[in-house]
Amino acid sequence: MSRISQPAISTQRIAAMILRYWYVLISSWPRMLELLYWPALQIITWGFIQNYISQNAGFFARAGGTLVGAVILWDILFRGQLGFSISFLEEMWARNLGNLMMSPLKPIEFLLALMAMSLIRLAIGIIPMTLLAMVFFGFNFYAIGFPLILFFCNLIFTSWSVGIFVSGLVLRYGLGAESIVWTLMFGMMPLACIYYPVTVLPHWLQAVAWALPPTYVFEGMRALLMEHVFRADLMADAIVINAVLIAISFAVFLMLLRSARQHGSLIQTGE
Amino acid sequence: MMRDGTITSPPAPTDARDAAAIAVAHLSKLYKQTRAVDDISFSIARGSVTGLLGGNGAGKTTTIAMIMGLVLPTSGRIEVLGHPMPDGSADVLGRMNFESPYVDMPSRLTVRQNLTIFGRLYSVANLNARIEKIVSDLDLGEFLDRASGKLSAGQKTRVALAKALINQPELLLLDEPTASLDPDTADWIRQHLATYRKENGATILLASHNMLEVERLCDRVIIMKRGRIEDDDSPEAIMARYNRATMEEVFLDVARGRVQETTS
Repeated sequence: MSRISQPAISTQRIAAMILRYWYVLISSWPRMLELLYWPALQIITWGFIQNYISQNAGFFARAGGTLVGAVILWDILFRGQLGFSISFLEEMWARNLGNLMMSPLKPIEFLLALMAMSLIRLAIGIIPMTLLAMVFFGFNFYAIGFPLILFFCNLIFTSWSVGIFVSGLVLRYGLGAESIVWTLMFGMMPLACIYYPVTVLPHWLQAVAWALPPTYVFEGMRALLMEHVFRADLMADAIVINAVLIAISFAVFLMLLRSARQHGSLIQTGE
Repeated sequence: MMRDGTITSPPAPTDARDAAAIAVAHLSKLYKQTRAVDDISFSIARGSVTGLLGGNGAGKTTTIAMIMGLVLPTSGRIEVLGHPMPDGSADVLGRMNFESPYVDMPSRLTVRQNLTIFGRLYSVANLNARIEKIVSDLDLGEFLDRASGKLSAGQKTRVALAKALINQPELLLLDEPTASLDPDTADWIRQHLATYRKENGATILLASHNMLEVERLCDRVIIMKRGRIEDDDSPEAIMARYNRATMEEVFLDVARGRVQETTS
């Protein structure tokens, strides 16, 4: 039998899974269009709102790009998770999960492939979005520079944590839990203070908001765009919380996978 | 093997090369209040073809799923190719494969794309040559670049079998391999499985409702009912014991509780 000896984590298997999702993506133009459509719609709508507010309020005129920047960063967070979760759901919809779980593919390799796919799907949606912001609203997202890398990393780590957690739920409870994939991130929306500062929240709720890494990113973005101050302390705190969240979500995923095996969910991947 | 499903000695840790392909000891699976598999034990020799027979709800699929590691047993032990499951799954999953009606191939991907991806997941060396060989063996050339979801039931089964054979498995687990196929295609699949076993010395465990299939393919039959092993022997020995001419008649006897054993 001709086989290659196996390392602990196989990049070949991860690449095979990425190729599998890439084939699905390029085989369907509606899937590709959907990746571009919503981010474009978001940026155009919010870009015009920002233009309107800037022309009518002195404070927001100084806040150049805060709204548009927030929209783009929110999309990184939201679509990062969707990019992860939709690739996972493809396996459920295709009833292919049993084939994968029975193959030498390890859970960590599966999750790494889903992370890579979330980056690919995100790039397809977000890069045109940032170009639209530049052309139509004069907001150069990339001018944020080095802090942008930290903003991006923190948001994508949070999106993966949520993606890993909800994928575990779908694995265990089947497609009946699919709606959680689409809605859970929206629960974070008011608390992450995307469009307003944390101080707007009631005092007791601020503690909850500060438990979420995206809150640090949006506060950091406002500090940068409005006060021209880079808050490295906020980014450091966010990275620590993200590390904890990813570790917890991975542990929960493994727990739910084990529970799925105990309950026979992997051979009944319907609703 | 005794008719109550026990074996004289449960599988002990063995040298992987000499071990039975599958060794199951006191295996049970309880779903809430339902006992899907109830204290079964059996051992399957390498290179054999064994049929797992039983009506709906007999526990065949759960047994196979536990052997594959997709379902965790409530109690009991499983060894596959000399390694305990599921703890040793990393050592054996690349050496086995399966086909089942409860999984599909990604339907938007072409047959070639699917075989390429599964070949890479199984780290098959010389993958293109392997795909060419399997396409030739299973006569897939005509629809190799067609989306898997657009194939007929018979073509899909052939593709699923191609995926199951992509890594030249030493152990092949099949759950209803010819279900919903016309007699001609089903016969063709059976012939191919027999050839594969002969050429590769592979072990095959198949769950089936098709008694003709079992008579034709299997060296040994394990009959399950309500999660327990009702009988375990060669098809010929079982038919003689029940004084029946076909396995279908035996199956009906077992299913309807008309046990007509003449020898023990």
